[in-house]
Amino acid sequence: MSVAVDPVPLVEMSHISISFPGVKALDAVDFRMFPGEVHSLMGENGAGKSTLIKALTGVYGIDSGTITLDGEPLVIKSPAEAQNAGISTVYQEINLLPNLSVAENIMLGREPRRFGGIAWKKTRAMAAELLTQMRLDIDPASLLGSHSLAVQQLVAIARAIAVRARVLILDEPTSSLDADEVAELFRVIRSLKDNGVAILFVSHFLDQVYEIADRLTVLRNGALVGEYRIEEILRIELVRKMIGKEIAVLDDIDTRTRAQAVETETATATAVPFLEASGVGRKGSIEPFDVRISEGEVVGLAGLLGSGRTELARIIGGADRTDSGEIRIEGKPRRLSTARSALKDRIAYSSEDRKREGIIEDLTVRDNIVLALQADRGWFRRIPRRRQDELAASYIQALGIRPANPEALLRNLSGGNQQKVLLARWLAIAPRLLILDEPTRGIDVGAKAEIQRLVANLAEEGMSVLFISAELEEVLRLSHRIVVMRDRRKIADLPNEDVTVTEIMGLIASGADA
Amino acid sequence: MIAARLRDVFRSRLIWPVIALVALLVTNVIKSPGFLSIRVQDGHLFGSLIDILRNGAPIVLVALGMTLVIATRGIDLSVGAVVAISGAFALSIVGDAPDPNDLGVVLGAAAASIVFAIVLGSWNGLLVSVFGIQPIIATLILMTAGRGIAMLITEGQILTVSSAPYKVIGGGYWFALPASIIIAGVMFALVAILTRKTALGMLIESVGINPEASRLAGVSARVIVWTVYTFSAVCAAIAGLMISSNVTAADANSAGLWIEMDAILAVVLGGTSLAGGRYSLTGTLIGAFVIQTLTTTVYSIGIAPEITLVFKALVVIAVCLLQSPVMNTRITKMRMRRRRTPAVAPTRATVS
Repeated sequence: MSVAVDPVPLVEMSHISISFPGVKALDAVDFRMFPGEVHSLMGENGAGKSTLIKALTGVYGIDSGTITLDGEPLVIKSPAEAQNAGISTVYQEINLLPNLSVAENIMLGREPRRFGGIAWKKTRAMAAELLTQMRLDIDPASLLGSHSLAVQQLVAIARAIAVRARVLILDEPTSSLDADEVAELFRVIRSLKDNGVAILFVSHFLDQVYEIADRLTVLRNGALVGEYRIEEILRIELVRKMIGKEIAVLDDIDTRTRAQAVETETATATAVPFLEASGVGRKGSIEPFDVRISEGEVVGLAGLLGSGRTELARIIGGADRTDSGEIRIEGKPRRLSTARSALKDRIAYSSEDRKREGIIEDLTVRDNIVLALQADRGWFRRIPRRRQDELAASYIQALGIRPANPEALLRNLSGGNQQKVLLARWLAIAPRLLILDEPTRGIDVGAKAEIQRLVANLAEEGMSVLFISAELEEVLRLSHRIVVMRDRRKIADLPNEDVTVTEIMGLIASGADA
Repeated sequence: MIAARLRDVFRSRLIWPVIALVALLVTNVIKSPGFLSIRVQDGHLFGSLIDILRNGAPIVLVALGMTLVIATRGIDLSVGAVVAISGAFALSIVGDAPDPNDLGVVLGAAAASIVFAIVLGSWNGLLVSVFGIQPIIATLILMTAGRGIAMLITEGQILTVSSAPYKVIGGGYWFALPASIIIAGVMFALVAILTRKTALGMLIESVGINPEASRLAGVSARVIVWTVYTFSAVCAAIAGLMISSNVTAADANSAGLWIEMDAILAVVLGGTSLAGGRYSLTGTLIGAFVIQTLTTTVYSIGIAPEITLVFKALVVIAVCLLQSPVMNTRITKMRMRRRRTPAVAPTRATVS
C-alpha cells in the first residue's frame, strides 16, 4: 500500500520558524507529507508538534519558511483557508456542539440549501451516507452529547472528511478511546489512506504509531531531529531521539513496586486502612462498591472508559455525592459530600478533564499551585507572598515545570506542564490520599516517567494513591493492588504480585461475573 | 520588573480610557479655560473637577460592586432598583422620625438601608449561587420588582424630606472635600485592600475563570458568588443614599435609572471582560470617571439635549473599538513594524 519510491510530497513545509514572546517554538523545521501515507509527528510536550500543526492549519502565522501544497506555494492565514485548501483537522479537545444532532455537527456550515433555508432532509441523508461509508453505526438524528467521547471523536473525523480533505490531521485522536474503538478508528484511517488522503497522526501511544504509521518525523525543543520510515527505526531508538536521554527509571520503579506490593500487603492486612468504603454507590453512575486504601498504598483502577473508574474516583474525591453506603477514614465515618470536605480530610482529586476541571488558565502558575492550599486556609488568611513564591519555585524545580516562570499564565504552558502544575497544586496541601485520574494522558514519555516516579516516591513516604490510567502497563507498574471495573461495577480486587496485562484485560473483557 | 508591568498595563488595557478621559478634559478646557481651576470658598473646594468627582461618586460605587460581580462571570442588573429602594427607605425613616435633623436618626436610617440592601443582595446571590439561575435573569427579577418595592415605600409619591445631617451624605463637606467623594474613596480603598491583601481577589478571579475547577480545588465558590452580589447591593444602597441626599428627595421611578448600564460600561471601559476572570479596580475607576466627565462635557459644551445620548454613544463606541482585540493586534503590529526597521530578528507580537 505505502509507496516504495518517494513521489512528490503533497505537503512540504520548509524552514518553518515561529517565535512567541520569549520562546522559539519552531526553529527552521522541515516537514513533508505524501499522499496515501500516514505520517506520525513525534516529540515530547513542548517539542513543537502542536505549533507545527497550527502553522499548517493557519492558526498561527509563520515568521519565516514556506509551505507548498502539491508544489504550489501556499499562504494560509486562517483555519478556514486551510480547510478550503483541503487541510482538515480533528483536535484533541473535540470542537463539536454537543447540543446539536450528529448530522448537524457533520454538516455544520455546509448544509445543502433549499429556498434560502437548510434542506434538512438532504442534510441528514448526506450525513447518514457519510457515516455508512465510514461504516459507523450512529443514528444521525441523535444528539451528539448523548454519545461517548469515542463516538464524538469519530463524528469529528466524519466532519473533517466531509469536505473532501486531502490532508487530515488527527491530534491525539485515541487518547480517550478503548482498544475496540481504536481498531475502529484505524479501519477508518486505512480506508482514507487508500483513497490517497495524507494523514498526520499525532499520538503518545507508541504501539499505535507503530501499527498505523508509514513514516514519522521527530521534533525536540522546537527543532527537527529527523524523518524516518517506520521500518527503519526501532522503538527504543525513537524514544531516545524524542527525549534525548535514556529512560532506565521506569524499570527501576517497576521492580521496586513489585517488591513493595508483597510487603505492604502483609503489613496492612490487619491494620485500619486510611480509607474504607463499604457499599458506596450512586444511582445511574456506579453500583455500590467496597474499597480499602491503606497508608502508603498505591491502588490502581483498571477498566475501560465508562466502566465506572472515574465515577468511583469522583465519589471518593468528594466531587460527586453518594446515595448509599459509608466511607470511613481511619475508622471514623465521614461524609465526603463536596471536594472541599474531602480536601479537609486531605483527600485530593485530580480530574481527568484537565481543561474543564483542572486548570485556571488565566491565572499564573503560582496562583494555580497555591489555589487549593489557599482555599483550605480560607480567603482571609492569605498565604504570604514570600511563602507563595517559595512554594511555586520549589515545585517548579521539583517537577521540572517549563517555562520555569511562576508568573507565566497557565494557558501558555503545554499540556504536560499544565498537568505538572496541577500535581503541584495537590501536593502543596500534603495530601494523605491523592486520586489521580489519567494524570499521564496526552503527556510525553519523559514527563510520564517523571510523574510515575513521583507517585512511587510519594507512596514510599506514606501517601496513599488511587491511580487511574487507560494504560494497563502503567497501572501495573505503579500499583500495589489493582481494582478492576467493568460496567459500572467493581469486579475484582487483586494484589499486584504476578498479575499480567493479559490477565487484567481478560477480566475487563470477560462477560461472566467474577 | 515594575516598570515592565506598568508598561504592559498601559499598553493593553487602560491606555484608551485614560486617553478618552484626557481628551474630554482638554475639550472642556478649550471650551471654558477655567475648567481645571479649583477654588476655596468657605473652606470648601469648588470647581468643575470637584463636581465631576462628586457626581461620579455614585457611579464609582455601583461600578465597584459590579466589577466583582462581573469578575465571577455574573452581572447585576438590579443595582438601579436598589438605589431607588435604599433612598426611599432611608428617607421614609428620616421623614417619619420626630426629629429629622437628629444625627442618630439619619445614621440609623442609613444603617437600616444598608441592612435592607444586604437582604436584597442575598436574594440575588441565593438565586445565582444556590439555584444556579443565570445572573442576567436572576437580577432582572429584582430590577423590575425593586422599583415596585420602592414605590410601595414611597406610597407612589416623591418623598421630600429636609434633614441637615442627611443632606451631608450627598451634598455636604468633610475636610474641605464633598462627603460623597470621601465615602466613595474609602469604599474603593477598602475593596482594593480587601481583595489584594487577602486572597479574596485571587479566589474571585479563579471562580470567574473556571468555576468547576475552583470548586474541585476546594474554593467555596458558592459563598464567594453570594458575597459579591450582596456587596454589590450594599454599594448600590450607599449610592442610593448619596443620590437621594443630593436632591433631598426619593423618586422611586427615576432614582438610579440606567445606572446599571453606566456601571457595566465603566467596568468594561476599565478593561474587565464580561466573560469574567481577571478584573481591574483601577480600570473601573477610570471608566467611571470617563462616563461622568462625558456627561459633564455634554452639558458644558452645549450639545443639544436631543443628541446627548448619541454623542455619549459615539465616544463609548470609539473607546470600545480602540480596546478591541482586533485593534490591539493591529496597533501592536504597527509598532513592531516601526521598531523592526532597524533590523532585528522578526518575532511574533501576539499569542492567541
